[in-house]
Amino acid sequence: MKKSIAQEFFKGFWEVLPPFRLVLGLCPTLAITTLAENGMGMGIATTFVLFFSNIIIASLKNIIPKKVRIASYIVIIATFVVIVELVMKAYFFPISQKLGLFIPLIVVNCIILGRAEAFASKNSVIRSAADGLGVGLGFTMSLVLISSLRELLGRGTVFGVGVMWSGFEPFGFMVEAPGAFVCLGMILALINLVPKKA
Amino acid sequence: MEYIVLAVNAILVKNILLAQYLGNCPFMGVSKKTDTAAGMGMAVIFVMTFATFITWFVHHYFLVAFEIEYLQTIVFILVIASLVQLIEMFLKKSVPALYRSLGIFLPLITTNCAILGVAVLVITKDFSFIQSILYALFSGIGYALALVIFASIRERFEISHIPAAFRDTSIALITAGIIAMAFYGFKGLDTSLKSILLK
Repeated sequence: MKKSIAQEFFKGFWEVLPPFRLVLGLCPTLAITTLAENGMGMGIATTFVLFFSNIIIASLKNIIPKKVRIASYIVIIATFVVIVELVMKAYFFPISQKLGLFIPLIVVNCIILGRAEAFASKNSVIRSAADGLGVGLGFTMSLVLISSLRELLGRGTVFGVGVMWSGFEPFGFMVEAPGAFVCLGMILALINLVPKKA
Repeated sequence: MEYIVLAVNAILVKNILLAQYLGNCPFMGVSKKTDTAAGMGMAVIFVMTFATFITWFVHHYFLVAFEIEYLQTIVFILVIASLVQLIEMFLKKSVPALYRSLGIFLPLITTNCAILGVAVLVITKDFSFIQSILYALFSGIGYALALVIFASIRERFEISHIPAAFRDTSIALITAGIIAMAFYGFKGLDTSLKSILLK
């Protein structure tokens, strides 16, 4: 049974929602989610790369020889990452400074290579575009969720706006490394409580 | 003396896995058994040092010379991918014993962000050649250390009672958080060491 284009798009929001349903791409998820703004920036950058690399890979799938496919995918992905890197440096300088090392590391984000191998190499261009956009936006959503939570508890703000009561004592643990692991683990457990076939 | 500080810094204080969040996907993936974790750790130490060695030269004598530093990402990942392939072929032919123990981990390493991460980090930190190589070596050791500690804890999950929702990745992440907290205790060790050793 083939899914409709809309279903391919929406599965990224729940069925294969990274990084919860599809435990991939943990490094950016843990590293840059200290501020909601960073999470948003990272999500959008990843979505851009995922969307375009899926389109290119799906349209070249018959030309790329099977044996060197992974290397070819990496070159295609790296090209889009360089584009994102340069555009962010030119127009979104403050956020590109904050994300720093993790922008070039989008290349090795396993979500992108995973979608290329599992989906774009077998499906049509339009389907792959829908899949890339859906998974990318799902990833953005998860990043914003995690980073808002960490920013809320760690600093008492969301997107830089103070939302907690005035006497709130932020616990710095949440914005440090251990907090990242524990926070992600807890959210994952909560999501696991929801049955897979809803 | 400077190198001792660098070693403490890279292995304990700024552990690549637990404090800089690099290489987490294989961390979750291959940490279910201590033997596989040790194998992966060795492979990471080996490839990380070698890759940084090559990318340092590529950056300073090729990218800088032709003023194409903006292509760093694409060039580095290609160098690393082909290097991993080369190491695999070389080991298969010449050191079959080592190949048997590291073999299956090598293809996985290309997408380990710790390798590319360290290669890029030593460039942004403007390290000298010796510093870069040592930093990569010590980061690799730190990675292997964290991985083996984590795997030996995770082995015990098999026999312990864990609520269904927490099973597998969830409890693994929380455990990683607790280990990260332990490593957090090393914070400040590098500055105090520096003040003692470099005086």
